Amino acid sequence: MVLGTGIRDDFPLLSQTVDGKPLVYLDSAATSQKPRQVLDALSEYYRSYNANVHRGIYRLAEEATAKYEEARVKLASFVGAARPEEIVFTRGTTEALNLVAATWGRANVGPGDEILLTEMEHHSNIVPWQMLAAERGAILKYVPVTDEGRLDLDAFDRLLAGRPKLVGLTHQSNVLGTINPVRWIADLAHQAGALVVVDAAQSAPHQRVDVAALGADFLAFSGHKMLGPMGIGGLWARYALLDAMPPYHGGGEMITSVGLDRSTYKDPPYKFEAGTPNVADAIALGVAVDYMRQVGLEAITEHVHDLTAYALLRLKEIPGLTIYGPQTATNRGGAVAFTLDRVHPHDVAQVLDGEGIAVRAGHHCAEPLHRRFGIPASARASFHLYNTRAEVDALVEGLHKVRRLFARASSAAKEGAHGAG
Amino acid sequence: MALDDLYREVILDHYAHPRNRGRLEPNDVAMEGANPLCGDELVLYLRLQDGRVEGVSFEGHGCSISQASASMMTEAIKGKTLDEARALVASFKGMMRGEEPGDEMGDLAALQGVRKFPVRVKCATLPWISLEQGLDEYSARR
Repeated sequence: MVLGTGIRDDFPLLSQTVDGKPLVYLDSAATSQKPRQVLDALSEYYRSYNANVHRGIYRLAEEATAKYEEARVKLASFVGAARPEEIVFTRGTTEALNLVAATWGRANVGPGDEILLTEMEHHSNIVPWQMLAAERGAILKYVPVTDEGRLDLDAFDRLLAGRPKLVGLTHQSNVLGTINPVRWIADLAHQAGALVVVDAAQSAPHQRVDVAALGADFLAFSGHKMLGPMGIGGLWARYALLDAMPPYHGGGEMITSVGLDRSTYKDPPYKFEAGTPNVADAIALGVAVDYMRQVGLEAITEHVHDLTAYALLRLKEIPGLTIYGPQTATNRGGAVAFTLDRVHPHDVAQVLDGEGIAVRAGHHCAEPLHRRFGIPASARASFHLYNTRAEVDALVEGLHKVRRLFARASSAAKEGAHGAG
Repeated sequence: MALDDLYREVILDHYAHPRNRGRLEPNDVAMEGANPLCGDELVLYLRLQDGRVEGVSFEGHGCSISQASASMMTEAIKGKTLDEARALVASFKGMMRGEEPGDEMGDLAALQGVRKFPVRVKCATLPWISLEQGLDEYSARR
């Protein structure tokens, strides 16, 4: 392990027990736990300087505004933005992607235009584009996923012949763990005249995400997966691109002047931030970013990589267990989805819960990907900087217990069950 | 929360050895049911004669609770009148809401442990809702 277990002391929630057993939290791909520093920042905001931003003359409002904008600067630096105004605060990745579809999309996508996505996208990077396509008469196409869980890059090359307006892809799959070659894809997409939107919800929590190095045009992220609070995240886009886009929600804060018939809008990012923003959570996300940088992003990446490699190795010891996605930790993040022969993923998660182990079961908001692999659902363990090899060992022990409990189910009818019983 | 309350012997047995599994032909009712969030899918087949459940079977896939519940349900309603089958649906739903199961429930009482696990209740009720909808559709057709 790269990081010591001392780091766990920063996460108050992790010290609890479940039915007398230590909590083993392996669902950070759904949401990460929060360090004390983030919790304190939230509490301090509401206790000491809660005020509405961008309009108060008084000291409290000045302080709240300064801290809110300071958080924007931290996020801009975190993703390598050219200037802070390239960061739009949103509720999270989902809202950021919807914002792009509803503003840039409506202004730039017309009948017959193609939007190219991939089969491994989270629903949040599919549904907004389906809604846009239905409204504008555009066409959705998907880059297939190989049996190994990587994007079929030859097929991608061929699909570019349709000259899509937009290529949308995840930096890291929330199911397969696959880290996609975003730069390679972005360069080809740009040559074909497309813009590139990157879903960084799963990558930003564990690795350096540099928008220039990735070649992204839009990048979306969620604070709650990167040690920050729920309800805050962001969209990065080049300033000129944001400037050319129509606004998203209408309301206060996003206007320069309002008449009865029409209004004029502020410059980015404010024209995309109508209404009172989520000041407390934005500030706390800034603190989460400080925390990650203090620990060291490279160290976090290596730590999660080490746990992933160890988990892939140990899970293979379990008879009847199938891992989806790359079988080694190369270009792979810390989400490991699997199925166990003749045991439904919900039963796997239920028995593990009895051991204090929290894993997710279902389709993880990636139904098309599960259909691609011919399974209705999977179980998923995912890691962050506070997890340990001992917790991977606990997972393996727990899975042996699942097998023993369902051993009697050995002759369960397999028909129509995709092997999951 | 004791896991033994959920995974009772009789439940694991029905999961391992489902009764009345497969397609029933000919049938009077073929009712599909699904829990989209879990990916559980089920088709319930009924053959009805003289106001009784003369034949019943199911196919599909899902977790141990939904599969065992379906298997036990088919055993429980075979030979019952349609009114008796409906009464059993009501009793089962009542049990899931916390009512004590009566004698008519038999082995089905083993499923009462599910109610301690709220997210799994919809797994147990899936086949029963399909049965109710199937009977409703059948009545409406006649």
